[in-house]
Amino acid sequence: MERRDEAELARLMRAAISGDERAYGDFLQKAACLVRHLARRKIVHGGIDPEDIVQETLLAIHLKRHTWRQDAPILPWLYAIARYKLIDSFRRRGRRLEIEIGEIAETFAGPTSETLNDREIGHALTALAPGQRSVVESISVDGRSIGETAKWLGMSEAAVRVAFHRGLTAITGRFGQKQNEYK
Amino acid sequence: MNTSELIKKLAADTRRTSIPLPAMWWGAVVIAVFFAAGVFFAILGPRPDIAAAAATARFLFKFLFATALAASAFGCAAALSRPGANWHNAALGISAAPTLLAMAVIAELFALSPAAWLAAMIGRNGLVCMTYIPLIGLGPLAIFLWILHRSAPTRPAVAGSVAGLLAGGIGAFAYAAHCNDDSPLFVATWYSLAIAGLVALGAAGASRFARW
Repeated sequence: MERRDEAELARLMRAAISGDERAYGDFLQKAACLVRHLARRKIVHGGIDPEDIVQETLLAIHLKRHTWRQDAPILPWLYAIARYKLIDSFRRRGRRLEIEIGEIAETFAGPTSETLNDREIGHALTALAPGQRSVVESISVDGRSIGETAKWLGMSEAAVRVAFHRGLTAITGRFGQKQNEYK
Repeated sequence: MNTSELIKKLAADTRRTSIPLPAMWWGAVVIAVFFAAGVFFAILGPRPDIAAAAATARFLFKFLFATALAASAFGCAAALSRPGANWHNAALGISAAPTLLAMAVIAELFALSPAAWLAAMIGRNGLVCMTYIPLIGLGPLAIFLWILHRSAPTRPAVAGSVAGLLAGGIGAFAYAAHCNDDSPLFVATWYSLAIAGLVALGAAGASRFARW
Protein backbone atom coordinates (compact mmCIF):
# COMPACT_ATOMS: atom_id res chain seq x y z
CA MET A 1 0.00 0.00 0.00
CA GLU A 2 2.64 2.43 1.17
CA ARG A 3 4.94 1.48 -1.68
CA ARG A 4 2.16 1.87 -4.26
CA ASP A 5 1.29 5.30 -2.84
CA GLU A 6 4.93 6.25 -3.01
CA ALA A 7 5.41 5.29 -6.66
CA GLU A 8 2.09 6.77 -7.75
CA LEU A 9 2.57 10.06 -5.91
CA ALA A 10 6.12 10.47 -7.18
CA ARG A 11 4.91 9.84 -10.75
CA LEU A 12 2.08 12.38 -10.41
CA MET A 13 4.38 15.01 -8.91
CA ARG A 14 6.96 14.57 -11.66
CA ALA A 15 4.20 15.02 -14.24
CA ALA A 16 2.97 18.06 -12.30
CA ILE A 17 6.40 19.67 -12.28
CA SER A 18 6.56 19.33 -16.05
CA GLY A 19 3.26 21.20 -16.28
CA ASP A 20 0.49 18.56 -16.13
CA GLU A 21 -2.40 20.21 -14.26
CA ARG A 22 -4.54 17.07 -14.11
CA ALA A 23 -1.73 15.08 -12.55
CA TYR A 24 -1.12 17.88 -10.05
CA GLY A 25 -4.78 17.94 -9.10
CA ASP A 26 -4.72 14.17 -8.55
CA PHE A 27 -1.53 14.48 -6.54
CA LEU A 28 -2.99 17.13 -4.26
CA GLN A 29 -6.17 15.09 -3.83
CA LYS A 30 -4.20 12.04 -2.71
CA ALA A 31 -1.91 14.12 -0.55
CA ALA A 32 -4.96 15.68 1.12
CA CYS A 33 -6.27 12.19 2.02
CA LEU A 34 -2.95 11.14 3.56
CA VAL A 35 -2.60 14.36 5.54
CA ARG A 36 -6.24 14.25 6.68
CA HIS A 37 -5.62 10.76 7.99
CA LEU A 38 -2.48 11.86 9.84
CA ALA A 39 -4.11 14.99 11.26
CA ARG A 40 -7.17 13.11 12.54
CA ARG A 41 -4.92 10.60 14.26
CA LYS A 42 -2.67 13.24 15.85
CA ILE A 43 -5.30 15.76 16.96
CA VAL A 44 -6.83 13.96 19.91
CA HIS A 45 -7.86 16.84 22.15
CA GLY A 46 -9.80 18.85 19.59
CA GLY A 47 -9.40 22.59 19.33
CA ILE A 48 -7.73 22.29 15.93
CA ASP A 49 -9.69 21.48 12.80
CA PRO A 50 -7.84 18.68 10.95
CA GLU A 51 -9.04 20.24 7.71
CA ASP A 52 -7.06 23.42 8.56
CA ILE A 53 -3.93 21.29 8.78
CA VAL A 54 -4.80 19.68 5.45
CA GLN A 55 -5.15 23.05 3.75
CA GLU A 56 -2.06 24.56 5.32
CA THR A 57 -0.05 21.51 4.29
CA LEU A 58 -1.37 21.60 0.71
CA LEU A 59 -0.44 25.26 0.45
CA ALA A 60 3.03 24.56 1.85
CA ILE A 61 3.49 21.66 -0.57
CA HIS A 62 2.58 24.00 -3.39
CA LEU A 63 4.88 26.82 -2.32
CA LYS A 64 7.78 24.53 -1.42
CA ARG A 65 7.50 21.95 -4.18
CA HIS A 66 10.95 22.93 -5.47
CA THR A 67 12.41 21.41 -2.28
CA TRP A 68 11.47 17.90 -3.41
CA ARG A 69 14.30 16.20 -5.27
CA GLN A 70 12.81 14.20 -8.12
CA ASP A 71 14.96 11.16 -7.39
CA ALA A 72 14.14 11.17 -3.66
CA PRO A 73 11.14 9.35 -2.11
CA ILE A 74 8.14 11.64 -1.88
CA LEU A 75 6.25 10.30 1.15
CA PRO A 76 8.92 11.27 3.72
CA TRP A 77 8.96 14.74 2.15
CA LEU A 78 5.18 15.04 2.26
CA TYR A 79 4.86 13.77 5.83
CA ALA A 80 7.70 16.00 7.04
CA ILE A 81 5.80 19.03 5.73
CA ALA A 82 2.53 17.82 7.27
CA ARG A 83 4.20 17.21 10.63
CA TYR A 84 5.82 20.63 10.54
CA LYS A 85 2.47 22.27 9.92
CA LEU A 86 0.86 20.17 12.63
CA ILE A 87 3.49 21.11 15.22
CA ASP A 88 3.30 24.74 14.15
CA SER A 89 -0.43 24.67 14.67
CA PHE A 90 -0.12 23.01 18.11
CA ARG A 91 2.40 25.66 19.10
CA ARG A 92 0.21 28.53 17.98
CA ARG A 93 -2.73 26.99 19.81
CA GLY A 94 -0.60 26.56 22.93
CA ARG A 95 0.25 30.21 22.81
CA ARG A 96 -3.40 31.13 22.35
CA LEU A 97 -4.36 28.95 25.31
CA GLU A 98 -1.77 30.67 27.47
CA ILE A 99 -3.21 34.03 26.52
CA GLU A 100 -6.74 32.87 27.28
CA ILE A 101 -5.73 31.51 30.67
CA GLY A 102 -3.86 34.72 31.42
CA GLU A 103 -6.98 36.75 30.70
CA ILE A 104 -9.16 34.49 32.81
CA ALA A 105 -6.72 34.64 35.70
CA GLU A 106 -6.84 38.42 35.58
CA THR A 107 -10.63 38.58 35.46
CA PHE A 108 -11.34 36.00 38.12
CA ALA A 109 -8.46 36.32 40.50
CA GLY A 110 -10.27 34.31 43.17
CA PRO A 111 -8.68 30.98 44.09
CA THR A 112 -12.16 29.40 44.27
CA SER A 113 -12.31 29.22 40.48
CA GLU A 114 -9.48 26.70 40.55
CA THR A 115 -10.32 23.05 40.36
CA LEU A 116 -8.36 21.06 42.90
CA ASN A 117 -7.14 17.54 42.66
CA ASP A 118 -7.86 14.91 45.31
CA ARG A 119 -4.44 15.14 46.92
CA GLU A 120 -4.77 18.88 47.37
CA ILE A 121 -8.26 18.53 48.81
CA GLY A 122 -7.07 15.84 51.21
CA HIS A 123 -4.21 18.07 52.21
CA ALA A 124 -6.54 21.01 52.84
CA LEU A 125 -8.98 18.90 54.82
CA THR A 126 -6.40 17.70 57.31
CA ALA A 127 -5.75 21.32 58.24
CA LEU A 128 -9.35 21.90 59.34
CA ALA A 129 -10.82 21.55 62.83
CA PRO A 130 -12.23 18.00 63.26
CA GLY A 131 -15.88 19.13 63.34
CA GLN A 132 -15.60 21.21 60.16
CA ARG A 133 -13.56 18.49 58.54
CA SER A 134 -16.15 15.73 58.91
CA VAL A 135 -18.84 18.08 57.58
CA VAL A 136 -16.85 19.25 54.56
CA GLU A 137 -15.70 15.72 53.85
CA SER A 138 -19.22 14.39 54.03
CA ILE A 139 -20.59 17.01 51.63
CA SER A 140 -17.72 17.70 49.23
CA VAL A 141 -15.97 14.37 49.05
CA ASP A 142 -18.66 11.79 49.82
CA GLY A 143 -21.39 13.83 48.12
CA ARG A 144 -24.07 13.75 50.85
CA SER A 145 -26.67 16.50 51.07
CA ILE A 146 -26.83 18.86 54.03
CA GLY A 147 -29.81 16.98 55.47
CA GLU A 148 -28.08 13.60 55.15
CA THR A 149 -24.93 14.97 56.72
CA ALA A 150 -26.90 16.39 59.64
CA LYS A 151 -28.52 13.03 60.25
CA TRP A 152 -25.24 11.13 59.83
CA LEU A 153 -23.28 13.35 62.24
CA GLY A 154 -26.21 13.91 64.62
CA MET A 155 -26.11 17.69 64.13
CA SER A 156 -28.78 20.27 63.28
CA GLU A 157 -28.99 21.33 59.64
CA ALA A 158 -28.17 24.93 60.60
CA ALA A 159 -25.02 23.81 62.41
CA VAL A 160 -23.96 21.74 59.36
CA ARG A 161 -24.48 24.76 57.11
CA VAL A 162 -22.37 26.98 59.34
CA ALA A 163 -19.57 24.38 59.72
CA PHE A 164 -19.54 23.73 55.97
CA HIS A 165 -19.34 27.42 55.16
CA ARG A 166 -16.55 28.05 57.69
CA GLY A 167 -14.64 24.99 56.51
CA LEU A 168 -14.77 26.09 52.89
CA THR A 169 -13.73 29.61 53.80
CA ALA A 170 -10.76 28.24 55.71
CA ILE A 171 -9.73 26.06 52.77
CA THR A 172 -10.00 28.81 50.17
CA GLY A 173 -8.14 31.12 52.55
CA ARG A 174 -5.32 28.62 52.78
CA PHE A 175 -5.15 28.18 49.02
CA GLY A 176 -5.12 31.93 48.51
CA GLN A 177 -2.16 32.18 50.88
CA LYS A 178 -0.36 29.35 49.15
CA GLN A 179 -0.78 31.00 45.77
CA ASN A 180 0.57 34.25 47.13
CA GLU A 181 3.59 32.39 48.45
CA TYR A 182 4.28 31.01 45.01
CA LYS A 183 4.20 34.43 43.37
CA MET B 1 -12.63 27.92 1.22
CA ASN B 2 -13.07 24.18 1.26
CA THR B 3 -10.28 21.79 0.42
CA SER B 4 -11.40 20.77 -3.06
CA GLU B 5 -11.64 24.42 -4.12
CA LEU B 6 -8.15 24.98 -2.77
CA ILE B 7 -6.87 21.98 -4.70
CA LYS B 8 -8.45 23.31 -7.91
CA LYS B 9 -6.79 26.69 -7.45
CA LEU B 10 -3.39 25.20 -6.67
CA ALA B 11 -3.56 22.70 -9.51
CA ALA B 12 -4.21 25.50 -11.98
CA ASP B 13 -0.88 27.04 -11.02
CA THR B 14 1.75 24.76 -12.52
CA ARG B 15 4.14 27.52 -13.50
CA ARG B 16 7.71 26.42 -13.39
CA THR B 17 8.99 26.42 -9.86
CA SER B 18 12.09 28.32 -8.85
CA ILE B 19 15.60 26.96 -9.39
CA PRO B 20 16.10 23.47 -7.88
CA LEU B 21 17.39 23.55 -4.34
CA PRO B 22 20.87 22.03 -4.92
CA ALA B 23 21.57 24.65 -7.59
CA MET B 24 20.40 27.34 -5.19
CA TRP B 25 22.83 26.14 -2.52
CA TRP B 26 25.77 25.98 -4.91
CA GLY B 27 24.97 29.43 -6.23
CA ALA B 28 24.76 30.72 -2.66
CA VAL B 29 28.16 29.30 -1.77
CA VAL B 30 29.82 30.80 -4.84
CA ILE B 31 28.32 34.21 -4.08
CA ALA B 32 29.24 33.87 -0.39
CA VAL B 33 32.86 33.01 -1.20
CA PHE B 34 33.19 35.97 -3.55
CA PHE B 35 31.57 38.20 -0.96
CA ALA B 36 33.92 36.99 1.79
CA ALA B 37 36.93 37.40 -0.49
CA GLY B 38 35.84 40.93 -1.33
CA VAL B 39 35.50 41.90 2.33
CA PHE B 40 38.80 40.20 3.14
CA PHE B 41 40.81 42.04 0.48
CA ALA B 42 39.05 45.33 1.21
CA ILE B 43 39.69 45.44 4.96
CA LEU B 44 42.40 42.88 5.82
CA GLY B 45 44.49 41.46 2.99
CA PRO B 46 46.90 38.53 3.28
CA ARG B 47 49.81 38.67 5.68
CA PRO B 48 53.06 39.98 4.14
CA ASP B 49 55.04 36.77 4.69
CA ILE B 50 52.37 34.51 3.23
CA ALA B 51 54.78 32.80 0.81
CA ALA B 52 57.06 31.70 3.64
CA ALA B 53 54.10 30.80 5.86
CA ALA B 54 52.64 28.58 3.16
CA ALA B 55 55.55 26.22 3.67
CA THR B 56 54.63 25.56 7.32
CA ALA B 57 52.26 22.84 8.45
CA ARG B 58 50.62 25.02 11.12
CA PHE B 59 49.61 27.68 8.59
CA LEU B 60 48.27 25.13 6.13
CA PHE B 61 46.36 23.31 8.85
CA LYS B 62 44.17 26.38 9.41
CA PHE B 63 42.87 26.06 5.86
CA LEU B 64 42.38 22.34 6.21
CA PHE B 65 40.27 22.93 9.32
CA ALA B 66 38.21 25.72 7.71
CA THR B 67 37.66 23.69 4.54
CA ALA B 68 36.57 20.57 6.45
CA LEU B 69 34.15 22.66 8.50
CA ALA B 70 32.65 24.49 5.54
CA ALA B 71 32.34 21.38 3.37
CA SER B 72 30.65 19.25 6.01
CA ALA B 73 28.35 22.08 7.11
CA PHE B 74 27.39 22.69 3.49
CA GLY B 75 26.10 19.14 3.02
CA CYS B 76 24.23 19.25 6.31
CA ALA B 77 22.66 22.66 5.66
CA ALA B 78 21.46 21.52 2.24
CA ALA B 79 19.88 18.40 3.78
CA LEU B 80 18.26 20.43 6.56
CA SER B 81 16.60 22.72 4.05
CA ARG B 82 14.72 19.80 2.46
CA PRO B 83 11.79 18.26 4.39
CA GLY B 84 12.21 14.57 5.09
CA ALA B 85 15.86 14.45 4.03
CA ASN B 86 18.22 12.51 6.23
CA TRP B 87 20.46 15.17 7.76
CA HIS B 88 21.71 13.12 10.71
CA ASN B 89 24.53 11.46 8.77
CA ALA B 90 25.59 14.81 7.40
CA ALA B 91 25.52 16.20 10.94
CA LEU B 92 27.89 13.45 12.04
CA GLY B 93 30.20 14.48 9.21
CA ILE B 94 30.53 17.92 10.80
CA SER B 95 32.49 16.31 13.63
CA ALA B 96 35.38 15.86 11.16
CA ALA B 97 36.57 19.44 11.63
CA PRO B 98 36.64 19.43 15.46
CA THR B 99 38.28 15.99 15.36
CA LEU B 100 41.04 17.27 13.09
CA LEU B 101 41.46 20.28 15.35
CA ALA B 102 41.68 18.10 18.46
CA MET B 103 44.35 15.98 16.83
CA ALA B 104 46.30 19.09 15.83
CA VAL B 105 46.03 20.43 19.39
CA ILE B 106 47.42 17.18 20.80
CA ALA B 107 50.29 17.25 18.31
CA GLU B 108 50.98 20.87 19.23
CA LEU B 109 51.03 20.05 22.95
CA PHE B 110 53.75 17.49 22.21
CA ALA B 111 55.65 19.87 19.93
CA LEU B 112 55.73 22.80 22.37
CA SER B 113 57.16 22.86 25.86
CA PRO B 114 54.44 23.32 28.52
CA ALA B 115 55.85 26.77 29.28
CA ALA B 116 54.98 27.89 25.75
CA TRP B 117 51.41 26.54 25.74
CA LEU B 118 49.69 29.54 27.24
CA ALA B 119 51.46 32.08 25.04
CA ALA B 120 50.60 30.05 21.93
CA MET B 121 46.99 29.81 22.97
CA ILE B 122 46.51 33.49 23.73
CA GLY B 123 48.55 34.62 20.73
CA ARG B 124 48.52 38.26 19.69
CA ASN B 125 45.40 38.49 17.57
CA GLY B 126 42.64 37.02 19.73
CA LEU B 127 40.38 40.04 19.55
CA VAL B 128 41.19 40.68 15.89
CA CYS B 129 40.19 37.11 15.17
CA MET B 130 36.97 37.45 17.17
CA THR B 131 36.13 40.60 15.22
CA TYR B 132 37.01 39.68 11.66
CA ILE B 133 35.81 36.08 11.36
CA PRO B 134 32.25 37.12 12.26
CA LEU B 135 32.57 40.25 10.13
CA ILE B 136 33.65 38.28 7.06
CA GLY B 137 31.10 35.55 7.80
CA LEU B 138 28.17 37.92 8.26
CA GLY B 139 27.44 38.40 4.55
CA PRO B 140 27.65 34.67 3.76
CA LEU B 141 25.40 33.93 6.75
CA ALA B 142 22.80 36.38 5.46
CA ILE B 143 22.89 34.65 2.05
CA PHE B 144 22.45 31.21 3.63
CA LEU B 145 19.60 32.40 5.84
CA TRP B 146 17.90 33.70 2.73
CA ILE B 147 18.22 30.26 1.13
CA LEU B 148 16.74 28.72 4.27
CA HIS B 149 13.91 31.21 4.03
CA ARG B 150 13.29 30.20 0.40
CA SER B 151 13.49 26.47 1.15
CA ALA B 152 11.67 24.48 3.81
CA PRO B 153 13.69 23.70 6.95
CA THR B 154 11.54 21.73 9.38
CA ARG B 155 14.10 22.46 12.13
CA PRO B 156 14.80 26.16 11.53
CA ALA B 157 17.06 26.69 14.56
CA VAL B 158 19.23 23.66 13.76
CA ALA B 159 19.43 24.65 10.11
CA GLY B 160 20.40 28.18 11.13
CA SER B 161 23.17 26.89 13.42
CA VAL B 162 24.61 24.79 10.62
CA ALA B 163 24.38 27.78 8.27
CA GLY B 164 26.39 29.62 10.94
CA LEU B 165 29.04 26.88 10.86
CA LEU B 166 29.20 27.14 7.08
CA ALA B 167 29.58 30.93 7.22
CA GLY B 168 32.12 30.46 10.02
CA GLY B 169 34.15 28.04 7.91
CA ILE B 170 34.25 30.55 5.04
CA GLY B 171 35.12 33.42 7.38
CA ALA B 172 37.83 31.36 9.07
CA PHE B 173 39.35 30.38 5.71
CA ALA B 174 39.68 34.01 4.65
CA TYR B 175 40.86 35.28 8.01
CA ALA B 176 43.48 32.51 8.30
CA ALA B 177 45.34 34.06 5.35
CA HIS B 178 45.73 37.28 7.30
CA CYS B 179 46.49 36.06 10.81
CA ASN B 180 50.02 35.22 11.87
CA ASP B 181 48.98 33.22 14.90
CA ASP B 182 49.21 29.71 13.47
CA SER B 183 49.22 27.51 16.56
CA PRO B 184 46.34 24.99 16.72
CA LEU B 185 45.99 26.11 20.34
CA PHE B 186 45.13 29.59 19.08
CA VAL B 187 42.76 28.22 16.45
CA ALA B 188 40.98 25.98 18.95
CA THR B 189 40.41 28.92 21.27
CA TRP B 190 39.69 32.00 19.21
CA TYR B 191 38.42 30.59 15.93
CA SER B 192 35.98 28.41 17.89
CA LEU B 193 34.67 31.40 19.81
CA ALA B 194 34.31 33.49 16.68
CA ILE B 195 32.52 30.69 14.83
CA ALA B 196 30.27 30.05 17.83
CA GLY B 197 29.11 33.65 17.54
CA LEU B 198 28.02 33.05 13.96
CA VAL B 199 26.31 29.81 14.99
CA ALA B 200 24.28 31.62 17.65
CA LEU B 201 23.41 34.36 15.18
CA GLY B 202 22.40 31.78 12.57
CA ALA B 203 20.16 29.93 15.02
CA ALA B 204 18.45 33.11 16.17
CA GLY B 205 18.12 34.45 12.63
CA ALA B 206 16.70 31.25 11.20
CA SER B 207 14.16 30.77 13.97
CA ARG B 208 12.88 34.21 13.06
CA PHE B 209 13.26 34.40 9.28
CA ALA B 210 13.16 30.80 8.11
CA ARG B 211 9.69 29.90 9.44
CA TRP B 212 7.25 29.01 6.71
